[in-house]
Amino acid sequence: MSTFLKSREAMLALALVALVALVESRFRGFAAPGNLAAVFNDTSVLMILALGQMLVIMTKCIDLSVAANLALTGMTVALVNAAAPGVPVVALIALAVGLGLLLGAFNGLLVWLLDIPPIVVTLGTLTIYRGVVFVISGGEWINSFEMSPAFTALPRMVILGLPVLSWIALLVVLLVAVLVRLTPLGRAILAVGGNAHAAVYTGISVGFTRFMAFVISGGLAGLCGYLWVSRYAVAYTDVAVGFELDVVAACVIGGVSIAGGIGTVGGAVLGALFLGVIKNALPVAGISPFWQLAISGAAIIVAVALNARAERTKGRIILKSAEHAA
Amino acid sequence: MNDQSLARAAVLRPPAAGPNPVLRLSGIGKSFPGVRALQDVELALYPGQVTALIGENGAGKSTLVKILTGIYQPDAGRIELDGAPVRFPTALSATQAGVTAIHQETVLFDDLTVVENIFLGHQPRNRFGLLDWGRMTREAKAILDRIGARIDPHVTLRELGIASKHLVAIARALSVEARVVVMDEPTAALSQTEIEELYELVDRLKADGKAILFISHKFDEIFRIADRYTVFRDGQMVEAGLIADVTEDHLVERMVGRSVDTIFPKRHAAIGPEVLAVEGYSHPTEFEDISFTLRRGEILGFYGLVGAGRSEFMQALFGVTKPSRGTVRIGRQAVAIRSPAEAIGHGIVYVPEDRGKQGAIRPLPIVQNVTLPSLGRTSRKGFLRMAEEFALARRYTERLDLRASALDQPVGNLSGGNQQKVVIAKWLATQPRVIILDEPTKGIDVGSKAAVHEFMSELAAEGLSVIMVSSEIPEILGMSDRVIVMREGRLAAEFPREGLTPEMLVRAAAGYGRAA
Repeated sequence: MSTFLKSREAMLALALVALVALVESRFRGFAAPGNLAAVFNDTSVLMILALGQMLVIMTKCIDLSVAANLALTGMTVALVNAAAPGVPVVALIALAVGLGLLLGAFNGLLVWLLDIPPIVVTLGTLTIYRGVVFVISGGEWINSFEMSPAFTALPRMVILGLPVLSWIALLVVLLVAVLVRLTPLGRAILAVGGNAHAAVYTGISVGFTRFMAFVISGGLAGLCGYLWVSRYAVAYTDVAVGFELDVVAACVIGGVSIAGGIGTVGGAVLGALFLGVIKNALPVAGISPFWQLAISGAAIIVAVALNARAERTKGRIILKSAEHAA
Repeated sequence: MNDQSLARAAVLRPPAAGPNPVLRLSGIGKSFPGVRALQDVELALYPGQVTALIGENGAGKSTLVKILTGIYQPDAGRIELDGAPVRFPTALSATQAGVTAIHQETVLFDDLTVVENIFLGHQPRNRFGLLDWGRMTREAKAILDRIGARIDPHVTLRELGIASKHLVAIARALSVEARVVVMDEPTAALSQTEIEELYELVDRLKADGKAILFISHKFDEIFRIADRYTVFRDGQMVEAGLIADVTEDHLVERMVGRSVDTIFPKRHAAIGPEVLAVEGYSHPTEFEDISFTLRRGEILGFYGLVGAGRSEFMQALFGVTKPSRGTVRIGRQAVAIRSPAEAIGHGIVYVPEDRGKQGAIRPLPIVQNVTLPSLGRTSRKGFLRMAEEFALARRYTERLDLRASALDQPVGNLSGGNQQKVVIAKWLATQPRVIILDEPTKGIDVGSKAAVHEFMSELAAEGLSVIMVSSEIPEILGMSDRVIVMREGRLAAEFPREGLTPEMLVRAAAGYGRAA
């Protein structure tokens, strides 16, 4: 499987390079290191959310509330910053992550203890969280002049040639990779998605494992809440509306199986970057935003079709071995 | 239509000539990789008569049903309907030819209504090509009346009990003008009064001229409703005849008739002190008052018919489900087992019957499957260590002679027997005291079977205690030091190894006669 997945990631990486080359051939300078770094930076939030979503999807669940979670945590820290500019940014980041964790835990508890289907739970909480943003802000915008300079400066601060936002994304990639490969929780996540029944018989608590996946996804969404609001220096009720679909799309393009149990950090990162390149390149090409949506959608369908074909090939291998046994 | 009236006429012929069979199978053979499921099988079904199909688990009864209903294609032999050769390439073609089956657990749609279930796939249309609901409802009511079923045709199946669902299945069979009705252990999940109702229904179907194939393990019901019998053993037909001419003893003998003690040798192992004691284990719906002890180095067989509650009890013992009453002692210490993790902590592990569903995690590599319950030992400070995992997996898979090109290939790519080995290796790696093997050799080829048995002997010799749930009599007789028989959720009998015969097991499991 690992070689098989590697080859799928290699394919995706190749497609990404081809895409960049295609855009470069039409618009000189797109593939310049500086521009690529900008595209990466631009994709950071999507990448972080996709990694959290990947963990959830690998347990055969889905978290549709991430964008609403982001909006709520972002609005909360923006309000606190506007009301009390003296609160250090580190404390605000901790607040964002902590609130995100709580919102994720709420999803996780409903899935775990009440056994409600995750798509229903997170559709519900999506609406609730988004509604709460409106309630706490009174529908008002928090604009850049109401935010403290330190609050908006952090993500743009450049260290070793890259903005902090990019560094945070890279750190999250590393942490999630360690979680998946090197911790019992990561292993449990794969096992639960691969075969929940068997996981039960192995002594793994399926509910708790899913709970933890939602908590992590929520925490990362909270982190993104701060990053989004401070980067764009604005907070309002409709921040990142519909962004959860991009996040799920990034996972799917990256080869994370909606059926659970299959997914890699590399795949999710490449999936996010693929979408990121499309979203950055198409405006350059002067293509209308509506066509951009259609092209993003087409990319998703192509990716799913390719993944489905890969799964089928797996089936054929099984049949062959059965033939040999006969 | 004409054929049908001919068949009806045949019933009226004087008995001396004997009726012609509606359906006749001759020389039927079917093989699967590594297994010959059916060989040169003969079967005849007569209009207005019930033929009982008798045989141990694994004798080939289910395979035959699947051939009759078009799900499997036979490798050899012919099927004749009213004397003319036919083929059933699909389930639909069998239905259209008038052969229908009612399964142990009915395969109907819970969220559709009774009417919809009865006519699904062959709904009458009106002249606009739309569904003719009026006619469907009228016909459904007529059929339900005919079989004496008092069921509202507009309720969904979810609201009905199993017995009523059977009635709907039968109504469905009648709605397609079925001539042959296969009933695969239809009473397995019914209560006593429901069983009586089913018998009455079978009598009505007989009076209607249907040919019925009735599969059952219960001798009382075979003698209550069957006219003829056919005995299968190891995929072959060993005897057929009229029920009136035989005794229960004779059928039991034909069913099991073979010497068994040479097939699965259990090597001698020293039986040590008591390891596990279960007292009064009960569950609201699955089993009641299960008590037994298990000693070091012992293999304890659990025999019973399918649905006797053996697996359900084992799942409770392993903490997957919660018992309503009962205690467990391990050694001298009373323990509570509330989850599989706790069971594993106490040294009890369970290798489930359905390895596809409950055993192996197919997308995960072999090594990760094996180490999954032992991650506490292979990790340090909360981090997994790959090298240790590979070492542990290699140790136990080599011991089981697992044939795989690499330990990091996904389990899904392995054959059934090798998947079973991965699951067993996984549990041995936890270094358990008690290992529960649920149908350890079901569905695996003969060679792997011998290896599994050999290995069970080794485990017992090393001082592990083994609980083996098995529905195969030779396996039970060959491997067990002691055998517990369960029937309908209760302990039916307990036998020592010495002097145990297949007949004693079959009788205790079927509740026929007094167990010796």
